[in-house]
Amino acid sequence: MEKMDKPLTKNIRPDRPFATLADYESTGGYQGLRKAIAELQPKDVQQWVKDADLRGRGGAGFGTGLKWSLVPMDNISQTRYLVANADEMEPGTFKDRMLLEQDPHQLIEGMIIAAYAIQAHMAYIFLRGEYHLAKLRLENALLEARSKGYLGEHVLNSDFNLDIVLHTSAGRYICGEETALLNALEGKRATPRAKPPFPLVSGLWGKPTVVNNVETLCNVPHILHYGVEWYQGLARGVDKGTKLFGASGRVKNPGLWELPMGTPIREIIEQHAGGMRDGYKLRGFLPGGASTDFLLPEHLDVVMDYEAVAKAGSRMGTGTLIVLDDKTCPVQMVLNLEQFFAQESCGWCTPCRDGLPWTVTLMKDIIAGKGRMEDLDTLAGLTRMLGPGNTFCALAPGAMEPLQSALKYFRADFERYITANNTIKEPV
Amino acid sequence: MKEQTEKQVFKGLSPAEIREINAEMRHYEDKTAVSIEALKIVQKHRRWVSDECLVAVAELMDISPAQLEGVATFYNLIYRQPVGKTVIHYCNSVTCWMLGSDQIRERLCRHLNVEPGEMSADGEYTILPIVCLGACDHAPVVMVGDELKLDITEDAVNKIFGR
Amino acid sequence: MARIEIDGQTYDVLDGSNLLSACLSLGLDLPYFCWHPALGSAGACRQCAVIQYKNAEDKCGRLVMACMTPVADAMRISIVAEQARQFRNDNIELLMTNHPHDCPVCEEGGECHLQDMTVMTGHTFRRYRGQKRTHNNQNLGPFINHEMNRCIACYRCVRFYDDYAGGNDLQVLGVHNNVYFGRFEDGTLESEFSGNLVEVCPTGVFTDKTFSAHYARKWDLQTAPSVCAHCGLGCNTAPGERYGELRRVINRYNGEVNGYFLCDRGRFGYDFVNSPERLRKPLLNDYSDITVNAAENHLRQLLEADKPAIGIGSPRASLEANFALRMLVGEENFFLGLEDTEHTLLNTIVELMRNGGIHSPSLQEVEQADAVLILGEDVTHSAPRLALSLRQAARNAAFDMARTLHILPWQDAAVRALENQAQSPVFIASICATRLDDVAANTYRGSAEDIARLGFAIAHCLDGSAPAPIDLGDTEQALASAIADSLKQAKRPLIVSGTSCASLAVIQAAYNVARALPSTDKQLTFTVPECNSLGLAIMGGRRLQQAFERVGNGLAESVIILENDLYRRAPVQNVDLFLETAADVVVLDSLKNKTTEQADLLLPAATFAESEGTWVNNEGRAQRYFPVYPATEPVRGSWKWLTEVMDDPQWQHHNALTAACASAFPDLAAIVNSAPGPDYTVKGSKIPRQPHRYSGRTAMHADIKVSEPGQPLDPETPFAFSMEGNTAQVPPALLPVIWAPGWNSNQAINKFQQETGGHLRDGDAGVRLFEAAGTLEWFGDIPQSFKPEPGRWRIMPLPHIFGSEELSLQSPSIAERLPAFCVLLNPLDAEALEADSGDQVEISDLAGDSILKVPVQIEKTLPCGLLGITAGLPAFPFMKTWAQVILKKIKQEGRL
Ligand SMILES: Cc1cc2nc3c(=O)[nH]c(=O)nc-3n(C[C@H](O)[C@H](O)[C@H](O)COP(=O)(O)O)c2cc1C
Ligand code: SF4
Ligand code: FES
Repeated sequence: MEKMDKPLTKNIRPDRPFATLADYESTGGYQGLRKAIAELQPKDVQQWVKDADLRGRGGAGFGTGLKWSLVPMDNISQTRYLVANADEMEPGTFKDRMLLEQDPHQLIEGMIIAAYAIQAHMAYIFLRGEYHLAKLRLENALLEARSKGYLGEHVLNSDFNLDIVLHTSAGRYICGEETALLNALEGKRATPRAKPPFPLVSGLWGKPTVVNNVETLCNVPHILHYGVEWYQGLARGVDKGTKLFGASGRVKNPGLWELPMGTPIREIIEQHAGGMRDGYKLRGFLPGGASTDFLLPEHLDVVMDYEAVAKAGSRMGTGTLIVLDDKTCPVQMVLNLEQFFAQESCGWCTPCRDGLPWTVTLMKDIIAGKGRMEDLDTLAGLTRMLGPGNTFCALAPGAMEPLQSALKYFRADFERYITANNTIKEPV
Repeated sequence: MKEQTEKQVFKGLSPAEIREINAEMRHYEDKTAVSIEALKIVQKHRRWVSDECLVAVAELMDISPAQLEGVATFYNLIYRQPVGKTVIHYCNSVTCWMLGSDQIRERLCRHLNVEPGEMSADGEYTILPIVCLGACDHAPVVMVGDELKLDITEDAVNKIFGR
Repeated sequence: MARIEIDGQTYDVLDGSNLLSACLSLGLDLPYFCWHPALGSAGACRQCAVIQYKNAEDKCGRLVMACMTPVADAMRISIVAEQARQFRNDNIELLMTNHPHDCPVCEEGGECHLQDMTVMTGHTFRRYRGQKRTHNNQNLGPFINHEMNRCIACYRCVRFYDDYAGGNDLQVLGVHNNVYFGRFEDGTLESEFSGNLVEVCPTGVFTDKTFSAHYARKWDLQTAPSVCAHCGLGCNTAPGERYGELRRVINRYNGEVNGYFLCDRGRFGYDFVNSPERLRKPLLNDYSDITVNAAENHLRQLLEADKPAIGIGSPRASLEANFALRMLVGEENFFLGLEDTEHTLLNTIVELMRNGGIHSPSLQEVEQADAVLILGEDVTHSAPRLALSLRQAARNAAFDMARTLHILPWQDAAVRALENQAQSPVFIASICATRLDDVAANTYRGSAEDIARLGFAIAHCLDGSAPAPIDLGDTEQALASAIADSLKQAKRPLIVSGTSCASLAVIQAAYNVARALPSTDKQLTFTVPECNSLGLAIMGGRRLQQAFERVGNGLAESVIILENDLYRRAPVQNVDLFLETAADVVVLDSLKNKTTEQADLLLPAATFAESEGTWVNNEGRAQRYFPVYPATEPVRGSWKWLTEVMDDPQWQHHNALTAACASAFPDLAAIVNSAPGPDYTVKGSKIPRQPHRYSGRTAMHADIKVSEPGQPLDPETPFAFSMEGNTAQVPPALLPVIWAPGWNSNQAINKFQQETGGHLRDGDAGVRLFEAAGTLEWFGDIPQSFKPEPGRWRIMPLPHIFGSEELSLQSPSIAERLPAFCVLLNPLDAEALEADSGDQVEISDLAGDSILKVPVQIEKTLPCGLLGITAGLPAFPFMKTWAQVILKKIKQEGRL
């Protein structure tokens, strides 16, 4: 039977490697698409998704229906594109891979409905190059969908045509940023583009383009199939639907679970992840991937809603928690993160390109006992300097979130390196 | 008598490579879009992209070698230096790092007596770091060739090399 | 106009502009790197941060990048707010983390935008203690140095080189803070506009290699406003001198002509001035020197002889020098000194520009065209800077489309993203492939006759009353009507043609097309080969052939040749005979050449850098150039040599000549307005050529004389060879050096423009001489299609940016860039000869006399029956365009 409270993962079962087309269809798969094509106009589909209050699962939480409704639709012959963002490269994030590998048709159906809603006739899946298994399963699923008439000319005998192309990336975190992704798809260096114009107006090859996260798109078939009301009823909090939440680090049972929006963080860490491993205590956590601010044990009762997490001083991001235990040095953990961000900076704008490497240098110095107290001010200054709006895209501000919160919550750890271990005080 | 030079003359891409690259082109509005895919195709056939191959691909793509090099050097998974038959990527991002990716790297490198980025003497392996592989619930993780290996322990490292 | 508030002050600024350019237009200081008025905004460097407030109540505001923020009515911003100031300071600090601080040994020092901006932001103290990343540099050829460690990754170089100028061999490589701006491998930069990197790069990554070879700081250079001597477009330049040597040429902004950019011939061609081949003294034909007095007397005697002396003018000499010669020998004895066909073509062009009724555009106007037809020109080679403007014109459709999507024109990447959907059509009909083909909507390759026929056919499609070519092929017919349809729809169509094909029919066809266009805003422009080709043609005079006859018939005995190597104009035998027959040959020139070798008396003429004069560019714009430094006695401007022997005090000064020339030719009347005369002063003093910080003046000549010599006087121009004087009130078009407080680089120009990227305050340099009036009849002399004759080839000289112009060829850096010595052949023709690229062929005339042996290069776009040679390359003897020759492959030993 369908697990109606877990629409996204209902087909994902330990007893089989992945859901085949037959598995998918047997639990209501492609019914949403049938309904959309047979009964609804593109504008109606947009409206359903808007009414359902689906917010983007790629990290920023932008309203999906709203996004679609901003696509210029007046010129019917104009080329429009849909892109599924399956780049998932944010450290600590492992949700889209599961959806892609284990239930590929769910994404494909979501994409067909989304493409129908914006009347795009070509769609791309921008897949992270390292996701080999997902690639194989998606390729196969696309063939199946095509042979069943879900894809190609005359989708389900309608006059709607759609082709989906699977594009595998060559690896760069910045490719996940939607405008950089467009450049990557065009075969260029994946530096982000200035907004405005938004991709909705001028995207791939200058044509209107919608970019949605994999998980976002996977919600769509269910909204169409089971309706807005049902969808709204899934959540426990303010935001609607379910969400894949995960936890990694020194918890007993790291993993990924589909839970209602608004689930308290405590429940995720203590029940689903089984609490901390024996001998470890919870020191803090990043609630939604590497580019979110640390929260502390005192924030365990915060619920996973966009606003609630923001109020606590962080972001829900991708919803995958990275747990910091008491035996891991937060300074070194942040160094690891900043090294990642510095390495993944595209090199376009000054603060990110040159600020992140300096951040890394400073932190390495501090850890090596060469730090000075004023370096902490410099680091704090950098977190402001690389903050939102100051850089060309959101990579650098994201990079600063764990650092700025670490400086706030774990300042003593930084200071200890400087005071305890300090051998060199003057420049050599 | 003139001495025959040993240097191999580069004859361009193989018909299979060209076929595969051309097949990709119909998916996109313009040829350049295939640049990255084309480099990956060459890499699939030859493990890495030599200067000669890069020039040949650029020609096929109707762009300058410099343009293609700009693309090739931007992305992580395009190798512009020879790599071993199997590339072992160890994840060094946050969760794997927390759960011991440094030791895994040490173990891998010691086993092959190489530094990250180097090819093993027998040309079999190259060890490279990689960012989060999206399997943090099974950290630490490595990717051997195309295959993801989860919950890697130091023992598991030995298994990779068939011991 | 939008009314905005900046730091509490209200200003009116241009609607649709961005905040950065608005602030700069207002004269406010706001630092920036990646933005460039011609390149638009990129938002990469993050240096131009300001605070924007929501309303009067908003006291915090938010940081925005001025270059990425459109101005809007009632907008409130602050440049000086502490948060913005701090951010800009911190941003520079980041840019400098990897910068080597090697200013003392950097060619950019003293005119470095990075230095200026660093000082402007107040960043003085270095906190960064880490290692600096270092890069390997590349050898980029004879023009440009590469020092990547100085790079601040503003991306301007690639945005200029690739996006703006259409190059593709310079790219950004690598990623994160390891981005590298260079080539795939070492090697010469391929773009003909590479030199602009020197000015586009805000720091010292790309510097002028020729300047490095004899380097001086900007403040130590003596400079005067000048005009490029190396093609007919008249780009404005600012050459700099030190110790009597010309050290470099940089761009001098002219909002109508060259804007911010020069071509590489114009920038690097200057070194001929310093050539060891310079003529420094009056010489007799055995190269023994004589005194100035004796030389002048020689000239006087020759003029007093029974038979009149004849004068041969020059398209590379000033109007004044030509006019002086014409006065000296009399109108009936003045010959233009042009190759015969060129003479005809230039006369026709002048007639069309004068009476054809179609506007001849400035380069600025060219950039506004929304459809272009090029007939018979490879513009990049015949008038390089024009090609850069045409490349911009091709973007106009994308700008139009952007407007409909509410994308502002300075949102550079966004507009460029539309280029694959919207391109203004550029049609190129040329002899063979051109360097602009990449922006062409369609190309046609054919002989000059076939190009002309296509042109006539287009005109006929546009207007049935225009004569049509007979027997036009179907493809040509279809192409002609497609081009006509496209041009018909254009609001601002432009027809480009010129003298490159040496074909009157091509020029006439271009006129027919332009005339047939329905648009009222249409334009017609012709390229001409030399800096004063048009001026000389406007002045008018007899043909060179007639001069030959005059001497041949014994009607004249002596010849005065003004700055003209006749061996470039006519076949060797003709010139030899002419010069041998002439009893006395006086040549005025600055460099040795084949003609000077034949002179009985050789007078050393000053170059453009040491003399003054007026040239008329292809647009019909008269522009004055001024000496950068005084000529070393006894070198003099040609006009001075010629007027000296007139023994008439009224011709003592240059401005008298200018005035006389203006009143002698109604079409040249306006040249007196092209620049002020020597009496012009600003607050009582002349305009100083030396910057206020000019150093070492008292010591420069200490090795010769301990006391400081007096500054040389300049009675001919409004400029002084000194640093004294007031520059604050000087009209920008007359400023020798662009410099403003805090702005030491050429980017200070924004302080002198009406708005950034616009016209200079008080007007751009130069005057247009006339506006085309009336209309002319259709031309109907339509040639037959070209049919190759088996076994015979027709000579087709093709201009080349490096090689076809006489003076720049003498610059060592340009000499390194000469095209290979070879002839081009169609593959079928090569096959008929059984010749491959690299094989030698022998060129003979129809009588079978060998002319030259030369390697072949196969060029698949060259029509059959043509033999392409590089125009003007000294390795080729003068060969009459369209002359027929016979080719034979030379069997080489050891080869089968
Ligand atoms: C540096 C950076 C990396 C990103 N990576 C991803 C990613 O891997 N996957 C993703 O879906 N969105 C990613 N995003 C967010 C996308 O830009 C975009 O907001 C998202 O794909 C929109 O989809 P949604 O509206 O469905 O959430 C990233 C953003 C930034 C700034
Ligand atoms: S913040 Fe700037 S440098 Fe960093 S990834 Fe974004 S655009 Fe690139
Ligand atoms: S000039 Fe505005 S960001 Fe560079």
